Amino acid sequence: MSAALAAILKRDLKLALRAGGGAGIGMIFFLAVVVIVPFAVGPDLPLLKRIGAAVLWIGALLASLLGLERIFAADHEDGSLDLLFLAPLPLALTAAAKAFAHWIATGLPLVVMAPILGLMLGIDARSLAAVTATLLVGTPAVTFIGLLAGALAVTLPRSGLLVAVLVLPLAIPLLIFGVAATDAAVTGEIPLGAPFRLLCAISLFFFVLGPIAAAAALRYARE
Amino acid sequence: MPLSELANPHRFLRRARVLIPALAVFALVLIGVGLVQGFRAPADYQQGEMVRVMYIHVPSAWIALAAYTLMAIASLGTLVWRHPLADVAAKAAAPIGAAFCLLCLVTGALWGRPMWGAYWVWDPRLTSVLVLFLLYLGVIALWRAIDDPSRAAKAAAILTLVGFINVPIVKFSVEWWSSLHQGASVFRLDGPSIHPSLLQPLLISAAGFAALFFALHLAAMRNEILRRRLHTLGILAAAEAEAR
Repeated sequence: MSAALAAILKRDLKLALRAGGGAGIGMIFFLAVVVIVPFAVGPDLPLLKRIGAAVLWIGALLASLLGLERIFAADHEDGSLDLLFLAPLPLALTAAAKAFAHWIATGLPLVVMAPILGLMLGIDARSLAAVTATLLVGTPAVTFIGLLAGALAVTLPRSGLLVAVLVLPLAIPLLIFGVAATDAAVTGEIPLGAPFRLLCAISLFFFVLGPIAAAAALRYARE
Repeated sequence: MPLSELANPHRFLRRARVLIPALAVFALVLIGVGLVQGFRAPADYQQGEMVRVMYIHVPSAWIALAAYTLMAIASLGTLVWRHPLADVAAKAAAPIGAAFCLLCLVTGALWGRPMWGAYWVWDPRLTSVLVLFLLYLGVIALWRAIDDPSRAAKAAAILTLVGFINVPIVKFSVEWWSSLHQGASVFRLDGPSIHPSLLQPLLISAAGFAALFFALHLAAMRNEILRRRLHTLGILAAAEAEAR
């Protein structure tokens, strides 16, 4: 079973990273979102430092939305989704492997980029570490929510905007506790503190719910 | 069990023809009585006349939550029990619930400005109700995006059930977090904490809002059934014309 999961992971990573996969576009988008903020609020470093963690979170959240609609739609178009149905694996596990591959290709680079962009916003080292930690926990959950939205919209052409509209309300708790945990890292008594634990809890919740609900949605879409 | 009996759309339509006008009249009378009593009720000792917003704000909030709960139950009906009218009920409830949710948000803003000094604050209760509104819009968008009704029904049902997590968050947000919004004052273990002179018009108004919701919901369900029939008739007519 783990061999099959590894095969799916490897295949999706290859598809994402090779030409036409579009893994890098999220990083460019993240950079663009973070760069336009100082233009909008002015190059005021104390202000940017204060809102920096929130800017990084918004940028990473928006960048994570890109390409979610392709997780299943691409497989649906070329027929490989039917093969995944026939695979001797629970469909939820297959979906989880695909989400994980998608996150490694698109989400992990955002987490790696965040501290570098944070330097441009004048964020200090402690907040940088905190925002990176919260993004590391939070962005996979965004991908797993997006897995469900991608499965719901699997048969639709041009569903990118719909997927974004479906994901954002469900991702709001992640944003709230992600930014709250980053603030708590600087001001709170316990490093990261309760908001970080709540963020972890919400992420774990979506790691379970996302694949199960996505598998159900895919089954119903095939009927 | 009347629910299984209503699985026949024809029987449903026959009942709806009687129920819709009855509920509509009932709603008008109750809301009228509730609002008139509400305006005659004594003003609040702190909030003065502004407390009267409550007779619209609170019932619409209840209906917004109840409509989403109804959609979640109907979604179970679609996915688990495969009741033929469950998806019609879920689809018809979404725009009506969204409208009541918006009414709740707008009246809340109008109430908040004189009382809190701001139309909007990013308070847990307000934010979670806003998320409820966004979820309503997401469900409606998904319904409209998929043109095959039975496929759209199943996708919307799964989304509705996932979004149902938000309903208890709305309800308990005032207890879990420190909130500017007041806590529950009607449905409490130790009984309502508002004075009977204000509570009575509130409950009458709420009953009227519930009747209004069901009248609108049944009418929307009837329209959806008729719309699907028309669609089928159109296809049949086109097939006939082609055969000729």
